[in-house]
Amino acid sequence: MYAAPFSYHRAASLQEAVKLLQELGEEARVIAGGQSLIPLMKMRMARPAALIDINFISGLSDIQTSKGELRIGATVRHADLENSSAGTTIPIVHDCAAGIADVQVRNQGTIGGSLAEADPSGDWGTALLALESSVICAGPDGQRTVPLEDFIKDAYTTVLAHNEVVTAIQVKIPPKHSGGAHLAFKRSAPVYPTASASVQLTMEDHHMCKDARIVLGCVGLTAIRAKEAEKALQGKALEEKNVRAAADAARAAAEPQSDMRGSADYKRLLVGTLVKRAIGIAARRARGESVPAGHEYAGR
Amino acid sequence: MPDVKKILVRVRVNGAPREAEVEPRTLLVEFLREHLNLTGTHIGCDTSYCGACTVIVNGRTVKACTLFAPMADGAEITTVEGLAKDGQLHPVQEAFAECHGLQCGYCTPGLLLSTLQLLKKYPRPTDSQIRKGIAGNTCRCTGYQNIFKSIRMAASEMEKH
Repeated sequence: MYAAPFSYHRAASLQEAVKLLQELGEEARVIAGGQSLIPLMKMRMARPAALIDINFISGLSDIQTSKGELRIGATVRHADLENSSAGTTIPIVHDCAAGIADVQVRNQGTIGGSLAEADPSGDWGTALLALESSVICAGPDGQRTVPLEDFIKDAYTTVLAHNEVVTAIQVKIPPKHSGGAHLAFKRSAPVYPTASASVQLTMEDHHMCKDARIVLGCVGLTAIRAKEAEKALQGKALEEKNVRAAADAARAAAEPQSDMRGSADYKRLLVGTLVKRAIGIAARRARGESVPAGHEYAGR
Repeated sequence: MPDVKKILVRVRVNGAPREAEVEPRTLLVEFLREHLNLTGTHIGCDTSYCGACTVIVNGRTVKACTLFAPMADGAEITTVEGLAKDGQLHPVQEAFAECHGLQCGYCTPGLLLSTLQLLKKYPRPTDSQIRKGIAGNTCRCTGYQNIFKSIRMAASEMEKH
């Protein structure tokens, strides 16, 4: 399958990428890993007149930790994060990175591209919303930092202006006694999940939950912060009654649509179960246990 | 109509420098097959699902149907044609032949390269690591049992060398 014709422009620097976006106008798009954009272009669901390739810009694929923050360059591949020590520091990052699609797609797809694409079924928007994350964007007037909750506005829609490009993602490293998990269920490796859930818990002691963030993925036009579910745990003991209340509240917060991945009812049930399991794993990790978690699919 | 000026793409394929001027929308798999006449890399689903088009670009497997050729400019590429050396099959190829890790063979070029990638990360992979490692390669004939046997054999053969 051939994409519609486009002109190709290789940016050597961020400044050049922004300049090209200015010059080429609204029909131009930035390409990073291309794992979402290229399939869309081949199906002619996207027909940009020009592509600006940011893969050759140096310094855009670094992973750095400083001052309690993790800074992930826009063209960092999912596989880089899967294999990085950042995933040990923040397990939720590893869960997410190691389970997106399959090896080949993880080798090529980027975190910046995933967020800028804002696919309702994308994993990063869900996982990073469970942490304090922000997106750094560069435009003609310089850089701005946008909290992730303000960055994604709707399905496939972000606050990025046509002449802006994502340069990095900043994630605050969770405090001590905090643990998180990103769980997703998918029908096979290369596809998007049917539903996903990200949970980050900060514990007061072995039993008491001080803070909770619960995010639902693939069950709405964007990732959904399930705030009622969070309230069911905040300042409370992590006991079955409260966990069940959180899962019930998460189910109520979901806004799934029926599609080829499953009916709305099925997805609502599934996301509740994922939340419940993610709470269990997050709590064990907050207590210092090492627990494997991530994407589940048939045959795994 | 946008300006579709052709782009010169220069790569090293299986150790040899190769180049061609192509339309920017040329997919890497088409670049290899149609412009460089390396037809060992197959086009299966052409939707980034099946992995028949898997090649190694700068040390990492990618689906060549989901990369525009200009994005691979300057890259070091390994295709299935680069595995055998001096008429001698690569241990991964030997193992697939020995264990009958194929039937129709359409998915095999991709599986061979995914196996190489897997064994680079896990020289002695567990079944779960194999499952995850080849999850991006679809085989509609074998039911995967003999592919698993082939990968295990390749791992133990490669450890000897």
